[in-house]
Amino acid sequence: MSDAILNQAYDVQRVREDFPILARSVHARKGKPGKPLVYLDSGASAQKPRQVIQAMTRFLEEDYSNIHRGVHFLSQTATDQFEAVRTKVARFLNAPNDRCIVFTRSSTEAINLVASSYGRTFLNEGDEVILSIMEHHANIVPWQLLQAEKKIVIKVVPCDEDGVLDMDAYRNLLSDRTKLVAITHCSNVLGTVTPAKTIARLAHERGVPVLFDGSQAVVHGTVDVQDIDADFYVFTAHKLYGPTGLGVLYGKYDLLKKMPPYQGGGDMIESVSFEGTTFKAPPSRFEAGTPPITEVIGLGAAIDYIEALGRDAIAAHEHDLLQYATQQLSQVDGLRIVGTAPGKGPIISFALEGVHPHDVGTIVDQYGVAVRVGRHCAEPLAERFGVGPTVRASFGLYNTREEADALVQSLQAVKEFFGA
Amino acid sequence: MMDDLRELYQEVILDHGKNPRNFRHPDDANREAKGENPMCGDRFMVYLTLKDGVVDDVAFQGRGCAISTASASMMTELVHGKTAAEAEKLFHAFHELCTQDEPDIPEGVDDETMEKLMVMSGVRQFPVRVKCATLAWHAMNAALHGEASASSDQF
Repeated sequence: MSDAILNQAYDVQRVREDFPILARSVHARKGKPGKPLVYLDSGASAQKPRQVIQAMTRFLEEDYSNIHRGVHFLSQTATDQFEAVRTKVARFLNAPNDRCIVFTRSSTEAINLVASSYGRTFLNEGDEVILSIMEHHANIVPWQLLQAEKKIVIKVVPCDEDGVLDMDAYRNLLSDRTKLVAITHCSNVLGTVTPAKTIARLAHERGVPVLFDGSQAVVHGTVDVQDIDADFYVFTAHKLYGPTGLGVLYGKYDLLKKMPPYQGGGDMIESVSFEGTTFKAPPSRFEAGTPPITEVIGLGAAIDYIEALGRDAIAAHEHDLLQYATQQLSQVDGLRIVGTAPGKGPIISFALEGVHPHDVGTIVDQYGVAVRVGRHCAEPLAERFGVGPTVRASFGLYNTREEADALVQSLQAVKEFFGA
Repeated sequence: MMDDLRELYQEVILDHGKNPRNFRHPDDANREAKGENPMCGDRFMVYLTLKDGVVDDVAFQGRGCAISTASASMMTELVHGKTAAEAEKLFHAFHELCTQDEPDIPEGVDDETMEKLMVMSGVRQFPVRVKCATLAWHAMNAALHGEASASSDQF
C-alpha cells in the first residue's frame, strides 16, 4: 500500500479524540484563556489514550488482585489477564514464545538486568563490550558499572555528520575480545534507525550476542526480533502510549536460561530453605516481587490500540510529519538540525543560532509548545556534534502538520525576542 | 503571559546575556569554583581575586542560557569591590528574591543594589529557570568559601 492511501485512511483528528489530555490548554491565567497544548515531547514520554486509561481503571475496579499466588477467583482472573499480555507482547515483537518476555520496571532496568546477570556471569577482565556514540545514558552507565567491577573494556562505534552509524568502524571494532554488543535501535536524539539486522549478523559471525535498546524503535515501526535475530531487545511501556513503571526485556530463551537471577525475592523461587534456594525458570526467575500488574494490563491495551490503528499506518503518518516538519524548520534562519540520517524516526533535534535551547524551551512553552531541551540523557552525543544542548521536537501518532506549524511560528517569536 | 516573558527577559538581561561583562579568566585570581547544572549542561567557572577580605576582581567563563549568563554577568558587577561578608549577603538576598514570594532580605543591602538584583526576580514565575539564575551566584558563594564547585543538584 502506498503512503498516500495509508494516510487517507489515517484520521488524525479522530485519533486525537482518544487522548483526553490533548484537549487541554496550558498557561491559562485569571481571565485569560490559555494556549492549546502542542505536545511535541512524546520521545520523552507519550500521552495515553482513553483506551489505556480505561483498561487500567476497569482492571482496578473489577479484577485487581495479586497474581501467581492466590487460589481465589480474583487472583486467577488477574493472573490470566497479566499472562495474556505477556503473550501479546511476544506477538508484538514476533518473539518465538512468551517465555522470552520478562517484565521489568523500565528499559533502564532491563539493560541493568542483562549487564548484571549476563554481564557478571559471562564477561571477564579484558573482554570488550561495543556500544555506540548515540546511546542513551541507560545503555552506557550499566556497562560502566560493570567495567568498574569486572574490568571489561568499552568500545564505542562513532557516527558520521548525518548521524549514520559508522558500520566500517563497527566491523573493525569487532574482534575475538568482543563479548557483547549493546546498541540503540533508534537514537532518542538524532532519530537515526540503526541497521539492527546487519549489526546482529556481523556480531553473530563471531558468536557475540547483541542487545538492542528499542525504547524509541518500537514506537515508530514494526519490530521483529526473530528477523533481526536480536539476542536481547528492551523497550519501555510509557513511550508506547502505555503506563510508566513498566519495561520489557526480550531474551533468547537459551541465553535467559543460562543467566542467574538479577534480584531475589518472592515469585522467582521454586523452593527456599536456609540450606539453599532453587530458582524458577525464566521469565519468572527475573521477576522477583509483585510486578506492576495494573501497568501490564495498561501495556496490553496500548498494544491493542496501536495494532487497531495499524503500525504501518502510524509509521506513514509519522513519516509525513517528519518530512513536513523538517522542511518547515529548515526554512528558519539560523536553525541547524542535528541528525539527518536517511530513514530516521520522527525526532528532530536542532540548535538555533544565538539562542540557548533552554531559552527556546521557555519561550515556545509560553505558546503552548512542549519540547525537550538539554542533552537528552546522551551527553557523549551532544559533545560529538559540538552543539552542546539542543531542542528536541519528537512526534507521535497524534501530532498534526498544524502542530509543526505552531512550533515554527513559536520559533519565529523566539528569534524576534532575541533579535537572533 | 507575554508580560511574564518580558519580565523574565528584560532588555538589561538580554543585553547581559549577549554581551556578558567580565567574561574572562583573571591571571591573579586566587579563588575559583565551578557551577554546573547537570540537567541542561550549563557550566560556569567563577574566579575571585580576594585581597584583604575584599573582592578585588571577579570574572567568569563558560556557557549557558541567556538567564544564567546574564545573571553571572550582573553578579560580577555587583560583588566587585565588596567585602567577602557583603558578597555573601548579596548571594543570600538574591537567592531569597529568586525563590521566595515574600523574600527575607538581609539588612544592609542598599537600594541601588536591590534594584539591580530585582531585575532577575522575574524568574520566580518560571520555577525551572530559578536554577539558571542562581547558578553563577552559587559558584561565587562556593568560591568565597574556598569550595571547588557548586552543583544545582544541591541548590
